[in-house]
Amino acid sequence: MKAIYRRELHAYFSSPVGYVFAAVWFLLSGAVFSLTTLFAMTSSVTSYFTYMLLAMTVLLPLLTMKTFSEERRQKTEQIWQSAPVSLWGVVTGKFLAAMTLFAGCVCVSSLAFLILPLYGKVKAGILFGNLLALLLAGATFLAVGTFVSSLCVNQLASAVVTVAVLLAFLGVGLLSSFVSFYPLRFVLNALSVFSRFSGFSQGVFDPAALVYDLSLTAIFLFLTVRVYDRRRLR
Amino acid sequence: MIQVSHLTKYYGPNRALDDVSFSIGEGEVVGLLGPNGAGKSTAMNILTGCLCATSGEVTVDGLSLSDDPTEVKRRIGYLPEVPPLYPDMTVIEFLRFVYELKRCRFDREAHLREICDLLRITDVRHRLVGHLSKGYRQRVGVAQALVGDPRLIILDEPTAGLDPKQIIEVRQLIRTLARRHTVLLSTHILGEVTAVCGRVLIINRGKVIADRPTDALDRLVEDSLRYRYAVVGPEKDVTALLSAVPEVARVTPTGESDGEASVYVVSGRGGVDCRKAVYYACAKAGRPILSAAPLGGDLESVFVQLVDRDDEQA
Repeated sequence: MKAIYRRELHAYFSSPVGYVFAAVWFLLSGAVFSLTTLFAMTSSVTSYFTYMLLAMTVLLPLLTMKTFSEERRQKTEQIWQSAPVSLWGVVTGKFLAAMTLFAGCVCVSSLAFLILPLYGKVKAGILFGNLLALLLAGATFLAVGTFVSSLCVNQLASAVVTVAVLLAFLGVGLLSSFVSFYPLRFVLNALSVFSRFSGFSQGVFDPAALVYDLSLTAIFLFLTVRVYDRRRLR
Repeated sequence: MIQVSHLTKYYGPNRALDDVSFSIGEGEVVGLLGPNGAGKSTAMNILTGCLCATSGEVTVDGLSLSDDPTEVKRRIGYLPEVPPLYPDMTVIEFLRFVYELKRCRFDREAHLREICDLLRITDVRHRLVGHLSKGYRQRVGVAQALVGDPRLIILDEPTAGLDPKQIIEVRQLIRTLARRHTVLLSTHILGEVTAVCGRVLIINRGKVIADRPTDALDRLVEDSLRYRYAVVGPEKDVTALLSAVPEVARVTPTGESDGEASVYVVSGRGGVDCRKAVYYACAKAGRPILSAAPLGGDLESVFVQLVDRDDEQA
């Protein structure tokens, strides 16, 4: 797993992908932070995190689009398929590399919060709750992207499908408010990443949301492993 | 060293491998020969754990690939048909990555230096893999197979797409590897097998149709033992005379003449030596043999005939 993790991190910075992701993230984060807090003269960060969650649906597929699709295109999968490593090791290695880059960018952009006390009292619970929620949602999004990438040969197709799936995850929550049939509304709400986000964003530690995000992440990583298991058996 | 038992592989309804069994002993260099689409790459991908067989078993040093894949994979170095190289890494970065991936426990730098020296890629070790020529990329592909010093090296079409000079270099390299490793080499080029292998497995339509030492392979085909005879007498009579000999499979007049004699190519039936029978038949009929010379059977014709015969039987 360690070898794959390091190889993936290397791949992000040996191509423009890592730099483009970081640049766009910092640019967007800076702009959203300025608009939602500095120009609004407030120390509240709830709007900032909501917008960044939306931005993640488009930005995070940049990190995962090449994960497996590029290996399939270049036929490099056999290097780890014939090596004494487990498929779980390969999948988690790749996922953790994407997560490291994403979390690194979140940490750096979070330095901006240091100036928030100038605009009022900062509620640490809400700030850290939002940060945790963003990282958990990011992990889920990256796991979805990793899974989609294992199904595609073309990295552009992988990115587009991942964006569509992530938007669907966000969309089901909005859709639920228009549904009057309770069981369906319950299911749509349960699938919504937004509704899980809201608890943390208000500074409330929500174990159900934590379990939800981690389970969803694990499920998509498991599905990625199954894709490769199945391909070996095809 | 490696034992393959009743390996069968289906891709949907298509059978790619059909009850393939063979074993390879320590230190052997074996060629897996077959036309394109015969199932060579499928077999190699199964042996290296990249694919699962529909049925059958692979064991290496008594360890089952399905039960203990990690330990088995440790013993195998694999160069697939397309070398699996990351073009964005330098040669040495790539080899270090493979070293870590295989969880080797040697002195890393000394081990990689030894491999680079053996493959003569030391001078390009700081160059990006993507910038190397095809020949160098192939060598780096072999180098990654050697990382971890595996006992069995599996090479799938190692000379595909190389120029003649590079082909000679790779063959020389395989001979060098054979001193320390067991080698299984897949190819559809016959010369490759005769050049480097001691034994050949011929595979066609997913079945092993021959498993012989390379130099004994030509005995497998009926007319592989051929002789050139110059016999005095009318061509029609001599052809009839020789064809009547039970040990003779086929008589073909070449149209050449040797003094007053005509020249014929005579093939032995079932690989038997027909020379004595031909001599007695000609002597009895009063047809002097002016010359007789063995033509042998070249591997190419043996291979084509084996494959054709297998296709006809199907």
